[in-house]
Amino acid sequence: MLYDIFIDPFVQMVEMPDFFLQVLWEGFVAGILYALIALGFVLIFKASGVFNFAQGIMVVFAGLTLVGLHENGVPAFLALILTIGVMGVLAYGIERVVMRPLVNQPDIILLMATIGLTYFLIGFGEFVFGGEPKRMIAEELGLPTGSTAFEMGERGLVILQHIDIAAAVIAIIMVTALGIFFNKTRIGRALRAVADDHQAALSVGISLNQIWAIVWFAAGLVALATGIMWGARSDVSFALEIVAFKALPVLILGGFTSIPGAIIGGLIIGFGEKIGEIYWGGLVGGGIESWLAYIIALIFLLFRPQGLFGEKIIERV
Amino acid sequence: MFYREAGQFKTSYEADQSLFPIRQDRIGLAVILLVAFIVIPLTANDFFLTSIMIPFLVFSLAAIGLNVLTGFAGQLSLGSGAFMGVGAYAAYKLTSIFPDVNVIFLVLVSGVFSAGVGAIFGLPSLRIKGLYLAVTTLAAQFFLEWCFIRIPWLYNYNASGAIEIPKREMFGVTISGAEATPIARYFVVLVITVLIAGLIANVMRGRIGRSWMMIRDMDIAAELMGIRPLQTKLLAFAVSSYICGVAGAMMVFFWLNAAEPSSYSITLSFQILFMVILGGLGSIAGSFMGAAFIWILPVFLKFVPGAIGIEIGAETVEHLTFMIVGALIIFFLIVEPHGFARLWQIGKQKLRVWPFPY
Repeated sequence: MLYDIFIDPFVQMVEMPDFFLQVLWEGFVAGILYALIALGFVLIFKASGVFNFAQGIMVVFAGLTLVGLHENGVPAFLALILTIGVMGVLAYGIERVVMRPLVNQPDIILLMATIGLTYFLIGFGEFVFGGEPKRMIAEELGLPTGSTAFEMGERGLVILQHIDIAAAVIAIIMVTALGIFFNKTRIGRALRAVADDHQAALSVGISLNQIWAIVWFAAGLVALATGIMWGARSDVSFALEIVAFKALPVLILGGFTSIPGAIIGGLIIGFGEKIGEIYWGGLVGGGIESWLAYIIALIFLLFRPQGLFGEKIIERV
Repeated sequence: MFYREAGQFKTSYEADQSLFPIRQDRIGLAVILLVAFIVIPLTANDFFLTSIMIPFLVFSLAAIGLNVLTGFAGQLSLGSGAFMGVGAYAAYKLTSIFPDVNVIFLVLVSGVFSAGVGAIFGLPSLRIKGLYLAVTTLAAQFFLEWCFIRIPWLYNYNASGAIEIPKREMFGVTISGAEATPIARYFVVLVITVLIAGLIANVMRGRIGRSWMMIRDMDIAAELMGIRPLQTKLLAFAVSSYICGVAGAMMVFFWLNAAEPSSYSITLSFQILFMVILGGLGSIAGSFMGAAFIWILPVFLKFVPGAIGIEIGAETVEHLTFMIVGALIIFFLIVEPHGFARLWQIGKQKLRVWPFPY
């Protein structure tokens, strides 16, 4: 038993390095995609202190809108532009209908409002586009398909899907762009001011409503990118929503307010999950992917409640 | 005018502190109990009992359970569905190990297992709170769901992976299993729900309930005033999970007859949470109202449009339900964060001053 836990997995890793590398790559890709979802959360949390539970469903909704428009005869790139427009309308609508009346409410109320939003979007998305899974229009959008195989000496192959590489590149570009946006631009600084203190930001002349609409729109764009990437790997369906729950442990690891934290947390969860599932999962019957991320996050929470890069909240009496 | 307590003098401390100090409330409660215990069993058909009343009572109890934790003690939980599952699986294992013991007793005991599990997952609540805590309860949800699938011992190595409830009797009446009559099940569920609801209503105005509310309202102040946060929070987790566990066991024993792991998925957790939000955080009566609303809305949407001549497909009903529930959650959070319970109180106040507006 102890051998199975502490030695055997490592022996396997060394004996089959090609397989191990493949597992690492899978973990990397999953991690990037988790990180992308988490990024949307972080954006909204940074700018409004709202924990946006609906980010996962926004990913699905964006993907579905894109595919649904294309199915109805809209050319791929026009559909993409229209989807961006839809996300903009959605962002404005959320700001107008949900966030504005709830200014300065406790966190829990805001969280529950986004859960309500999640349910509304699920119902609305299924109502408009139907509930069955759809194929993502990756080729039509000019995303690379196919795969490259690297030979590992005489041992075997490591297969890299091109779409995964594209996802990684897009994630890196997006993170860099967001980092610059938050730190160097006027709006970015206003966003951070709003996150710190709604009332203080208002009093120095920052328009809360405008900022929130912008940030929800940005989160919508991140959701769209994630939806395309994820949809290209598997189909676009509401099953993605359950995967979006994975973004929560990622956030806990990285900290709610840190963009690099979202990426690093995503990678840790992605690697940990795949390696744990492949090498240790069999010992307890498999399928541990569904909760391993949470347990990692839970253990982590006990030692560092604010996350790797999070801001420490100090309570004074 | 209709609801006025003038003339009802309290002459003792007990009378002043009683659970229902106003005579009209006592009469109202008596009428509700009368309807529940006598009128409904006499008049209702089997469909009404099995698809509306029994689930309504089961969900009410679950909502009370979550309300203890979220509404009274202020700890958000997204794992109540899994804790219900623990109760269900525990009761199932107990009744297969001890087939001769009364099944109602076992259902009540199964809550203890759920309470234990709930307390374990409540342990992080001392160090973390709010949103972070919601994530640990999600961990409980996914981990326990996995257990229900992957540990065959829990479902007695059934080929189907589901639990099927055997026939059990009490006083010669079959109360669980496929042969039990809806009336018998209804009575069991009703009695357990009423008893636990009454018990919790009493706990809430006592020392324990008030200490929970202190933790909810301002934990640091509560700590300064001598409330021990860890014990208080853990107790809230344990009591909440106990009630959820009993509700989960009742759900499979007296309503569904069989349960798969997916019966206790995160969807159920959310449903219970919605009942609590819509009904009113921190209100026992609200738990009943929320459960009634969330459970009856889909049934209503399914039958009423058809009755007035509009045909809506089953899928569309489901989508509409999602949309309406989601929109209502947001609406209530904005307009009336205390839910139906608060609306009810406002109504009572209006009746009290009627016909004058103030």
